[in-house]
Amino acid sequence: MADHDDEAPATGSAVEKSEPQKISAGTAVIPTDPFENPGEPPHRLRITDKDPAEEKKAARQVSTLFFLSIIFSCLAVAAYIAFPIKEGDTGSIRLNNLFLGLGIALGLLSIGIGAVHWSKTLMPAQEITEMRHLTKGSDATRAKAAEVFELGNKESGFGRRSLIRNSLIGAMVAFVLPGVVIFRDLGPKVDPNVVLRHTLWKKGMHLTIDPTGTRIKASDVTLGSAFHVIPESLLKSDDLLEEKAKAAVLLMRLNPDDLHEPKGRENWQYNGIVAYSKICTHVGCPVALYEQQTHHLLCPCHQSTFDVTENCKVIFGPASRPLPQLPITVDADGYLVAQSDFHEPVGPSFWERDR
Amino acid sequence: MGAAANYIDERTSISGLVKEVGRKIFPDHWSFMLGEVALYSFVVILLSGTFLTFFFQPSMAEVTYQGSYVPLKGIDMSAAMQSTLNISFDIRGGLLFRQIHHWAALLFIAAIGLHMLRIYFTGAFRKPRELNWFIGFVLFILALAEGFTGYSLPDDLLSGNGLRIIDGMVKGIPVIGVWISYLLFGGEFPGTAIVSRLYSLHIMLLPALLIAMLGAHLLLLVINKHTQWAGPGKTNDNVVGVPVMPVFAAKAGGFFFIVFGVIVLIASLFTINPIWNYGPYDPSPVSAGTQPDWYIGFADGALRLAPPHWEVVWGGYTVSFNILVPIVVLVGLLGTVAFYPFIEGWITGDKREHHILDRPRNAPTRTAVGAALMTLYAALWGAASSDLMATHFKLSIDQVIHVMQFLTVIGPFIAFWITKRVCLGLQKKDREIALHGHESGRIVRLPGGEYIEVHTPLTEYERWTLVSFNEYEPLMVRPNERGVVTPLERIRASISGFFFEDRISPVTKAEIEASHHESHGAIEEGSGGH
Repeated sequence: MADHDDEAPATGSAVEKSEPQKISAGTAVIPTDPFENPGEPPHRLRITDKDPAEEKKAARQVSTLFFLSIIFSCLAVAAYIAFPIKEGDTGSIRLNNLFLGLGIALGLLSIGIGAVHWSKTLMPAQEITEMRHLTKGSDATRAKAAEVFELGNKESGFGRRSLIRNSLIGAMVAFVLPGVVIFRDLGPKVDPNVVLRHTLWKKGMHLTIDPTGTRIKASDVTLGSAFHVIPESLLKSDDLLEEKAKAAVLLMRLNPDDLHEPKGRENWQYNGIVAYSKICTHVGCPVALYEQQTHHLLCPCHQSTFDVTENCKVIFGPASRPLPQLPITVDADGYLVAQSDFHEPVGPSFWERDR
Repeated sequence: MGAAANYIDERTSISGLVKEVGRKIFPDHWSFMLGEVALYSFVVILLSGTFLTFFFQPSMAEVTYQGSYVPLKGIDMSAAMQSTLNISFDIRGGLLFRQIHHWAALLFIAAIGLHMLRIYFTGAFRKPRELNWFIGFVLFILALAEGFTGYSLPDDLLSGNGLRIIDGMVKGIPVIGVWISYLLFGGEFPGTAIVSRLYSLHIMLLPALLIAMLGAHLLLLVINKHTQWAGPGKTNDNVVGVPVMPVFAAKAGGFFFIVFGVIVLIASLFTINPIWNYGPYDPSPVSAGTQPDWYIGFADGALRLAPPHWEVVWGGYTVSFNILVPIVVLVGLLGTVAFYPFIEGWITGDKREHHILDRPRNAPTRTAVGAALMTLYAALWGAASSDLMATHFKLSIDQVIHVMQFLTVIGPFIAFWITKRVCLGLQKKDREIALHGHESGRIVRLPGGEYIEVHTPLTEYERWTLVSFNEYEPLMVRPNERGVVTPLERIRASISGFFFEDRISPVTKAEIEASHHESHGAIEEGSGGH
């Protein structure tokens, strides 16, 4: 398709006609025999330019729109008073929102449409041509600017007095440091890598229902049911949300034969009742959806899917690690309790997680 | 009037400014209004947002809700959530202003996006406007940051989950991730600091940066003067349009009120972000089908597309490629956008100023690259709704994700190829029209028995628009002054080949002459132009 063998190669040396300076056109092809710009087509008059009656009509329309705007704005004020909010009545909020909004919107639109209509029908439509100039300053201006810098350099000795210059550069770097360091106390003093490893769960902690905090009897957990669970001490905790964001657990009862527990974890379940962290190992959303038939847990945020029968290993989605399992058993009265804390950090992965 | 003007000018010398910009010329075209929409919706955001600050409490102190909305009465929540509910249910016009603020923010980012596409596909970013493109890109990022920080302030269930996802992403960054999260949230997630910190950013730091950048953006617009479409009378050395006073001022001022009015109209008719339906943040529940605001979708979608088990432990340290790869893809996409003008300028080596816009078809490779990037963005964005697509169209989520993964990787290449072919086809059509005129649909039988279609010749105005465009050749590698061909120059040459090997040259005068001779004897309507 490059049918321009007859063109002189333009690389780096071409000069565009309209610009007197030698500015490289790069690999642009400069036509040797360019078309002439035919100039602007003849201007066509609008109906408001030709017909005084139409012009008058347009002027009336514009002022009518501006008057309408006044009326709508007043109506908006009236709506503010006429549609008060009555406590407990959501309908009153809807009316307040609707009529106040409509009044303001129509008031604004009338101004806008009026102004645009004014410009399009009554203001001159003939386009005007203005010349451009190269963006850069003229050679004289640039020389003057260079001179200013040179004078500045000479009078201050910035280039010559290297000790002053270098010590200043050092000072400019150093003065930022306190401004960086001061942000250390945005977070508490303790190492987050330690805090992230522990939750409220510990030996003998009762499993309770989220959000009421009632204990769960193992015999009440029927086959196929699922419970959203929090540790019993959570509701008394000072850091309720922070602790809940780590300690939330999902409890399910499956047929014990369906569970394929890895070695050493056979007794982490009780009669087919298993407890897994509800915090997704991807980015920490609650894995809240339990598919009873397939025994899959689905995270609604990014669709990571975990297989409860296979120790919650990831079978789909962006997560990488299985949900951590909470070892559970029952106390003397048959209520579910934790055997210990989780044996690994819950939630999203982090750099020192496996240290 | 004269006295007042005199009073001000004697103290400000403002007459000089009025003289300079008062009759400045602005070209008129609908596509130039997209940036205006962004600007005006930003003004609406500032106005409505200021009103909201009078009532909003950026505090995570726990309170028990006692306001007018009965279903949430007695529920524990943060003061931020409570004050947002109070704005919605106890202050007349409060809900309206919340909705104006939110809708205006959505429009702001949408308008910026469309404005960027307009600039990109018409080549308006070329010299001398590369820096202004970059400033515009920074404005886009600031707008996203404003959107996300604002979305997080009410401390409702959805915004809390959004923050949880950010927390998880940040923790996935090697070495420093945990510490960044820890410092950001003032301890463990969610903590009690994040809302007030985001509030400082949302109403102070980010708006200040936005306004400063916006000032620079508009100042450069004035200095560079606006670009214009190719057309008769329009050259690279002039600007044809309407003067600021009065026509442009009336049009633009009127348009501001129209944008404002449309936003208020939407806000009075359509609910947005009904936090009272979601309830306060709690780390445990989340409902299925939750969606972020649309502009965050591409980031959320990128997270969803990582295949399972992309995590390794190296030397005892955990590296989460399921987080890092999406981040790298997003940064790569945004980085390409940010630096594209400099890349293209380097490839063409063209140091001239360009004030005439390219029709997208006349820069086929650039247009195709744009289409490829848009496809990547669209695939990531669509992936953020993978669960909704699955439930609405009764598909399995696995299938939807696999299709979106395919589209993310292969889609951009397909889009590139199709777009480039379409552009070249349109250019060929333009050539035909420039050479032979429009098909008139009239078939004529010549005395010799031959049938031909009569072509209507172009006016010289029409032809000018079709033939006046820039053309580039692929770069031939040549040794530099020291007789060396640098590796960088080789790379430049190969990219230049990729850009300009397939091209359609504009019609030349000689070709027009030749076509007239060829069609000698054929019947043409009218006088034939020249």
